[in-house]
Amino acid sequence: MREILNTISVWILPVIISVILIFGAYKRVPAYETFTRGAKEGFWIAVKIIPYLVAIMVAVAMFRASGAIDFIYEILKVPLDKLNIPADTLALIITRPLSGSATLGLFGEIVNSHGADSYAAKLSAVITGSSETTFYVLAVYFGSVGITKFRHALLTGILADIFGVVLAVLVSRFFFYS
Amino acid sequence: MNFVWLFLIITSFIFAAVNGRMEDVVNAMLKSSQSAVLIAFSLIGIMTFWLGMVHIAKVSGLMDIFSKLTTPFMWLIFKDVKKGSSAFSNITLNFSANALGLTNAATPFGIKAMQDLQNENKKDKKTATNAMCTLLAMNTAGFQLVPASVLAILTVSGAKNPTEIILPTLIVTSITFICAIIISKILERVF
Repeated sequence: MREILNTISVWILPVIISVILIFGAYKRVPAYETFTRGAKEGFWIAVKIIPYLVAIMVAVAMFRASGAIDFIYEILKVPLDKLNIPADTLALIITRPLSGSATLGLFGEIVNSHGADSYAAKLSAVITGSSETTFYVLAVYFGSVGITKFRHALLTGILADIFGVVLAVLVSRFFFYS
Repeated sequence: MNFVWLFLIITSFIFAAVNGRMEDVVNAMLKSSQSAVLIAFSLIGIMTFWLGMVHIAKVSGLMDIFSKLTTPFMWLIFKDVKKGSSAFSNITLNFSANALGLTNAATPFGIKAMQDLQNENKKDKKTATNAMCTLLAMNTAGFQLVPASVLAILTVSGAKNPTEIILPTLIVTSITFICAIIISKILERVF
């Protein structure tokens, strides 16, 4: 299963690019010229995202550095302890929607301190692998088209994250907890 | 978002004052603004490349063909998007790239799809449409078939059987993905 997927992952981009170029040649599209005309946009999109990305990443980084996460952690620790969620995994759960690199860092620490075959490591792996950095995705995607009024998008992301964590705990208990 | 943003920053200062971490917070502020710019700039290369490719596909008419093929499926989720819109093919490409863990390729497709949806947005250009929120929900849910970075860390750390996490992760990520779309559909009536 994993090998098949790996092969698809490696081949999918060459296949897409070849199809685009061969079909373009068949339709007599001037490839180089057309490519560069479309590609010009790339730089400006990246520049356009900057204010949104700075706004959100700075707020998130400050929030993490202030110790506010430790506070949430202290509140949630007792009820979650009863569900057999390891304390380190809880920190990872709170960090997950805020920062992708910090989550991978925490995951690495959990694997190191608890062991790669521990329940904490497996549960954390399922949580990390099944979710995204909600705040970053919001900033990039909405920033690229200048959307500042998100409506229900953030709430949807957070609710889906919470749902995902609950499901991850249930599924991991079924698969790994002994 | 105005409220969430203010809340994050003000609570940071309050907690920093209480915890005696003001210096950390100020450092985080300076450092993260720099890394945000670096991340935006690191997107330029791959973004430029894919936008060039997509433009060839668009001019040659390949995008229209692909859109016609994917419209029946995507229209189930994006009912208010005009049929045959190139948003459908970009959303399909964005979803497929994400599913395969090709995040770098997924972002330009997703942004292209957002631009298509913004072109169809006849109301306020600063307010997200229902379709935009659904597309965002699909992306924040983070659906992928194989969690490559997690597997890499487990493998390097000497896990006995790192691949055993693939199935449970796939179960969680697929159900969460569907659930995210449903939540978005329900909430769009409220907001």
